[in-house]
Amino acid sequence: MYKYDQYDQSIVDARVDEFRDQARRRLAGEITEDQFKPLRLKNGLYLQLHAYMLRVAIPYGTLDSRQMRKLAYIARTYDRGYGHFTTRQNIQYNWIKLEEAPDILADLATVEMHAIQTSGESIRNVSSDQYAGASADEIADPRPWAELIRQATTFHPEFSYLPRKFKIAVIASAEDRAAMRLHDIGLRLVANDAGDLGFEVYVGGGMGRTPFIAPLIRAFLPVDHLFSYCEAVLRVWNRTARRDNIHKQRVKILVHQMGAEAFAAAVEAEWQEILPNKSDVPRAEFDRIAAYFTPPAFEAGDREPDRADPDFAVWLDQNVKPHKHPGYAIVNISLKPIGGIPGDASADQIDLMADLAERHSFDELRVTHAQNIVLPHVRKADLYTIWQALVDAGLAESNLDLISDIIACPGLDYCSLANARSIPVAQKIATRFAGRQRDLGELKLKISGCINACGHHHAGHIGILGVDKKGTENYQLLLGGSGAEDASLGKITGPGFSEDGIVDAIERVTDQYIAVRQDGERFLDTYRRVGMDGFKEAIYG
Amino acid sequence: MTDLLRFRTDAAHEEPAVSLDAFVEGQANASAVRLEAGDDARVLIPYLDRIMLVEIGFPKFRDGRGYSSARILREAGYTGELRAAGDVLVDQIDFMRRCGFDAFAPDAPIDEAVLTRSLERYDYHYQPAADAIVPVWKLRHG
Ligand code: HEM
Ligand code: SF4
Repeated sequence: MYKYDQYDQSIVDARVDEFRDQARRRLAGEITEDQFKPLRLKNGLYLQLHAYMLRVAIPYGTLDSRQMRKLAYIARTYDRGYGHFTTRQNIQYNWIKLEEAPDILADLATVEMHAIQTSGESIRNVSSDQYAGASADEIADPRPWAELIRQATTFHPEFSYLPRKFKIAVIASAEDRAAMRLHDIGLRLVANDAGDLGFEVYVGGGMGRTPFIAPLIRAFLPVDHLFSYCEAVLRVWNRTARRDNIHKQRVKILVHQMGAEAFAAAVEAEWQEILPNKSDVPRAEFDRIAAYFTPPAFEAGDREPDRADPDFAVWLDQNVKPHKHPGYAIVNISLKPIGGIPGDASADQIDLMADLAERHSFDELRVTHAQNIVLPHVRKADLYTIWQALVDAGLAESNLDLISDIIACPGLDYCSLANARSIPVAQKIATRFAGRQRDLGELKLKISGCINACGHHHAGHIGILGVDKKGTENYQLLLGGSGAEDASLGKITGPGFSEDGIVDAIERVTDQYIAVRQDGERFLDTYRRVGMDGFKEAIYG
Repeated sequence: MTDLLRFRTDAAHEEPAVSLDAFVEGQANASAVRLEAGDDARVLIPYLDRIMLVEIGFPKFRDGRGYSSARILREAGYTGELRAAGDVLVDQIDFMRRCGFDAFAPDAPIDEAVLTRSLERYDYHYQPAADAIVPVWKLRHG
């Protein structure tokens, strides 16, 4: 894992001091809320329905037990004893006081963490594959590149007052576990015929009210030019995006309006202008960063766990994934207990996961974009012990990628922009389908409480969108989306439903799937084969 | 309009700035030009050796186009005064300095004490820009 040196620490400490000063000026009335808003948003502080919400960056979703324990400490000390892991691999606290926010940042800085650029019109925390460094299908660990981007985009002077937010994801395998093509820039590390490493560069993906899957704008960018090329993308966008309509300022709109080819040409031209600035990070610096990501000292030996306990065997089959090193496995800890709040974890649970990582996973944890936690490097021999500890903590739900492994946004329970509640719908669906979720197989269900799409509903195999219908909460149903390597956007089935009606509608959808599925087909495969027509009658009669 | 803040030692350039359109349409001998946020700074590149002041307008502090305009001019070798005018707030000036601005004409007065602290706050910066600051990666590797 990356460790700060004196420079990284100095920058984060200075940021705490800066924010303390900004908060003081706001509390003293020296600056208006309007002037303070972009400043606090550059630091992850949102004003919500009931309190401030603070979003803490977990760069590319990787953290160690010391950092995880600090997150638990913050939940206990400054919040109501829990935190909420997000779809961009961060954590949010929902009950924060402005007066205490600078102290939280100071606490975070002691464990090399921060909330820099986690909201607002800035380059956000870089996301990546939660299995990075552990999965057999990657060509290299993508995280050194993610860390390089983190540093180079932190307080970038030219790109700190962007038209809108800007999100970057980096992956290094064919399977996409990070919704890479739903980011403003998606990068996939690949090798060319000569064996050199480069990036496929996708630009202009995003959710929100106008979702797009990012088109490829460059098939092979030599790795040494990663940063200057990103700067070119940012500069073209910063200079030419609209500034008169907040809903049309994301880079996805620009790429769509110009067309991917013309946009790519503009970026190439700008890149030629930027190259002489020599802003690319040199290979020696990359090597320094990469040295922090060398694989841990795996032990030899491969012993399959004893499957005698049937509940344990179910968990093994559902939540444990193959590791690139024999004798090891990747453990997914579900934060989706049936009937719980997706992505929430109590301070005690966070501490327990930290303990398990320290004892059994080379001190590493990952946050996933599906709002779960991963222990990336676990000896197979330790799996049973870990499972027992998770059972005791209420963290052993065996539902990875099943219908109850729901992504849901905070919705009307917390969010000032919401049209409808998301959490109760998620709870009802999980409860209704828990008994037959294994039969339904992989089924990614995602819920947003409004058109902003924080809950990724466009990318759900089944998506749910909360809308306001003449003052009452109403839910639209979408089918056929995917955030994975086969990315697609879901389509609305037709008229919406009430809160209970949507749960019934999903039951009709899944019944229809079971009736028409062919051997080995996932829900998504069946939908793609039979289309919306194959479901419409079942849904609306 | 409040006091002009300058980080240059030469005298402030007093000639009134002409708009980019006026400059292009016949006043190319003017030595001071004002760019609006959406103007293409690259149009000025052929004339940079005789321009002494470029003023870039910030209609709203959230409109960040002027940061790119400034860098483009500095990267093209412009050494004259580069002035940020309009909705320029104290928390933006550090970034603006890094993009090459060396004069500020803010709509509202800037608190000098807050500004001084803000300009001195960060000892290190991760990336090179249009100023002389050495990026952290260079410090790390000499
Ligand atoms: C509760 C406070 C929140 C507010 C006020 C909020 C606000 C927004 C808004 C306004 C957008 C639309 C941006 C756009 O289309 O340009 C958005 C998008 C998004 N938000 Fe949130 N959000 C909140 C919480 C969350 C949470 C908890 C998550 C993660 C679970 C999240 C993840 C996302 C994602 C992934 C997007 C889509 C990004 C894209 O369009 O590419 N947000 N949010
Ligand atoms: S999707 Fe809408 S309701 Fe849900 S968190 Fe985002 S802004 Fe709030």
